[in-house]
Amino acid sequence: MEKEVILQYLPLYREALLLTLRIGWQGVFLAFLFGLACALIRHRRVPVLRHVVTVYIEFFRNTPLLVQLFFLYFALPKIGIRMTPEVCGSLGLGLLGGAYMAETFRSGLESVAPIQEESALSLGMTPLQAFWHVILPQAFTASVTGIVANVIFLLKETSVFSVISLMDLMFTAKDLIGMYAKTLECLTLLVVFYLIMLLPVSLLGSYLERRLRYAEYGK
Amino acid sequence: MTNLGLDVLFKGSNFLRLLGGLWVAVRISLVSVAISIALGIPAGILMTSKKKGIRVIFRIYLEIVRIMPQMVLLFIVYFGTTRVFGWDLSAEASAIIVFVFWGCAEMGDLVRGALISIPKIQYESAAALGMDQMTSFRYVILPQTIRRLIPLSINLITRMIKTTSLVMMIGIVEVLKVGQQIIEANRKASPNAAFGVFAVVLLMYFLICWPVSRLAVYLEKRWA
Repeated sequence: MEKEVILQYLPLYREALLLTLRIGWQGVFLAFLFGLACALIRHRRVPVLRHVVTVYIEFFRNTPLLVQLFFLYFALPKIGIRMTPEVCGSLGLGLLGGAYMAETFRSGLESVAPIQEESALSLGMTPLQAFWHVILPQAFTASVTGIVANVIFLLKETSVFSVISLMDLMFTAKDLIGMYAKTLECLTLLVVFYLIMLLPVSLLGSYLERRLRYAEYGK
Repeated sequence: MTNLGLDVLFKGSNFLRLLGGLWVAVRISLVSVAISIALGIPAGILMTSKKKGIRVIFRIYLEIVRIMPQMVLLFIVYFGTTRVFGWDLSAEASAIIVFVFWGCAEMGDLVRGALISIPKIQYESAAALGMDQMTSFRYVILPQTIRRLIPLSINLITRMIKTTSLVMMIGIVEVLKVGQQIIEANRKASPNAAFGVFAVVLLMYFLICWPVSRLAVYLEKRWA
């Protein structure tokens, strides 16, 4: 291992990390939106839309992100839909994540007893208030474990972004190995930077889970 | 049809070539799943061990697998081992090593979960009926564990199949790579081939994974 090489590569990896994080979090944000919308549609049994959502969920859960990105980035322009790599990356991640989040949120919503909503309504809350103040907090608590697992999964999936020519961590590592053949240094930095990105999320996840379990038992 | 690029698929043996590529991906995942299940069961039993050292080691192993993207592991095994140990692993061998490393941890965790989910009273009742440890494990614990395990391990298979799409990044010619080759070869004759080919690849993955995950859902409901 050569120290100078590592120091020289460090700024490149930092840039790549920032890009990965930006697109990753945009994707996670979209995943939350899509997931919540889909979970609500399925939970409330909205006619027609419910079936569209089911098809969407099944389709995105049963195909790999890599192929989805290829389709979004290389195939859609042929029918006139063009996106920049960044938009494509966030959207792809958001669509994939939405399908996973939807299932997680739905099981959370289902775990809230119907009497909670009935009681809230009989206290004079509007359906929206009941949802926002009574149902959602409980559903969210019940699905935290799943949400954290999904977020980690999505951030890990960002590692395929290099195929749509985004200069993420994988791209940087592969590029540098190809040019200077400092394989060991490049791979070490790659591992370290992924740890920087994912370890805090993983730790935060276990902390939240402990806290929530504590809240549950302390009722 | 022409402007969606679907015609390319019916030219020559293009469709068969795509199927061949798909088989490469599926073969890698089936081999990996088989080895992962074989190694994951003892790993899972060890994870429930009473010795703290063993549990800690497996815990660290599981965390590494959970945190590192499979892509990174593939790069480490494919590029790293050549550099550090001078091994000349084929891309397919590297892929199988990585997927087994990953699958074994996941499978182990599933086995551990299934084992500890069996209520203690099952062990106690078996003992009270005069069964020795082997008999109670064989007739009481194992059948229940397997029922809980099968739907979950089927899910692992679909995850494996989906993850094998990554192997194109270390140069294995699987379905996506074949798709790219077909698109390149027909660039002049059919400029829109990308749409048709990638749509079909997407559909192929769906047609493989969807029935398998439905089966998992069905078994889970039936045996729950």
